Amino acid sequence: MKQGIISALVVMIALATGFRLAASDSDALQVPRSIQAGDRLSIRTGGSGQAVLYIAGPGQVLRRKVQRGETLVISPEDLHNAGHYVVALVGPSSSDPGSAEKTEFDVVSSRQPASLSFLAKPSRLPVNLPGGISGVAYVFDIFRNLVLQPLQVTFRLSDVAGTPQTQSAETRNGVAWVKMNSATKAGAARFEVSVDGVADKRVVQQVPGEPCNVRMSAQRTGQRVVLETEPVHDCTGNAVSDGTIVTFTETRNGRSEATVDVPLKRGIARTEMPALDGAVVSVATGVAMGNEIRLGGRP
Amino acid sequence: MKTGRQSLSTRFARAGLLAGCGLVVILFSGFEQPAVRVQGADSVGPRSLEKPTQTAVVRDYLYAWKSLSAAFEANRAELLDAAFVGLAKEKLGGTVQEQQQLGITTRYRDTSHDVKLVFYSPEGLSIQLLDTVEYEVQILDHGQVEAIQHVHARYVAVLTPTEVRWKVRVFQAQPE
Repeated sequence: MKQGIISALVVMIALATGFRLAASDSDALQVPRSIQAGDRLSIRTGGSGQAVLYIAGPGQVLRRKVQRGETLVISPEDLHNAGHYVVALVGPSSSDPGSAEKTEFDVVSSRQPASLSFLAKPSRLPVNLPGGISGVAYVFDIFRNLVLQPLQVTFRLSDVAGTPQTQSAETRNGVAWVKMNSATKAGAARFEVSVDGVADKRVVQQVPGEPCNVRMSAQRTGQRVVLETEPVHDCTGNAVSDGTIVTFTETRNGRSEATVDVPLKRGIARTEMPALDGAVVSVATGVAMGNEIRLGGRP
Repeated sequence: MKTGRQSLSTRFARAGLLAGCGLVVILFSGFEQPAVRVQGADSVGPRSLEKPTQTAVVRDYLYAWKSLSAAFEANRAELLDAAFVGLAKEKLGGTVQEQQQLGITTRYRDTSHDVKLVFYSPEGLSIQLLDTVEYEVQILDHGQVEAIQHVHARYVAVLTPTEVRWKVRVFQAQPE
């Protein structure tokens, strides 16, 4: 009776102190329910004689010869991969696998981040695009375990002018994410992520958006007319990328006489067309329709 | 010389045997398949998850358990290649190496999975799931079964797309 009460007390104390007991014997194999990666693990064994202790999980496997009744200490170097482990104490005499003392415990990741896996996308996008840039950060500890405890992660996007855009997000199951707007100024932007002094960065190239408007002038030279646009900009004032196509169209009496597609070169498009009296020349690029010019004289 | 009647009965017998074998195969394979429950993926973060993607991810994750089981039982790290990549492959491969050095093998038999997809990254390059899994672990030392334990645990896995399938990049149990 007295022994039963003592056993019950041992169980209660062990449970209260976070120890897990082997199913077969309450005063035998005792292992903490969980340890943090980087902590040492103490395993209490009961009984007497030589035995073999196994610790097995997908993350690691260990085997130790132990003297029953002693406490075995596993150093952090030997066990640091986060995961769920089975502990089995076998011996000295039994050959029945069912008779092994068994229990389980967890190794949890350290709370201290040591590295980040940062996914930033896209690497190139137009300026002034709401929610156009996404950043995802997975946080790992020094043993490259995913840190599952919530952590505050800061994302910062700095454009060429140095104007930062900052957002914070808390990790859930080791991952935090944000969506950010691309800046109004074209150029290379630094996209940084940081958590507790650990940082990583990517460069996001922000290119001008679509042309906002286009305007041309004309100069007649004999039987030809030289057409040239003003520098073409997007709606936030960035020079539109060279190579963007500008289309010049010449019509007379409602009938198309000539069409020329010209790529922007140094921000402007330039071409020559036949100088047909009474013809109308129009210019367009992307969704932007430009001005029209009527060539002199009547057909 | 066989009569036509004998020939017919032989054919029936063979057909019966084949059918019986087929049934055994079906029953056996059915026995080996874990019970799988996939919880609704209504909220998976910034990107909506299409049904075919969800199906493919769960299928490839379950395949990863089979690969793990085969690799750990045969102590062949290359069996992980088809289902794991990066950190997960490296860590699991390390465990296989430890087993080889110790003369240990382990048998993992997953019996049930309760999978919940929790995060699909905006650019579609990673997907995270939580799995409440039940499995049996057998620890064998130089071929002799030393311990058998039924385990109930929760795993977090991150999968990334590759040319042909989703592969597990992070594979880690967490306390429930």
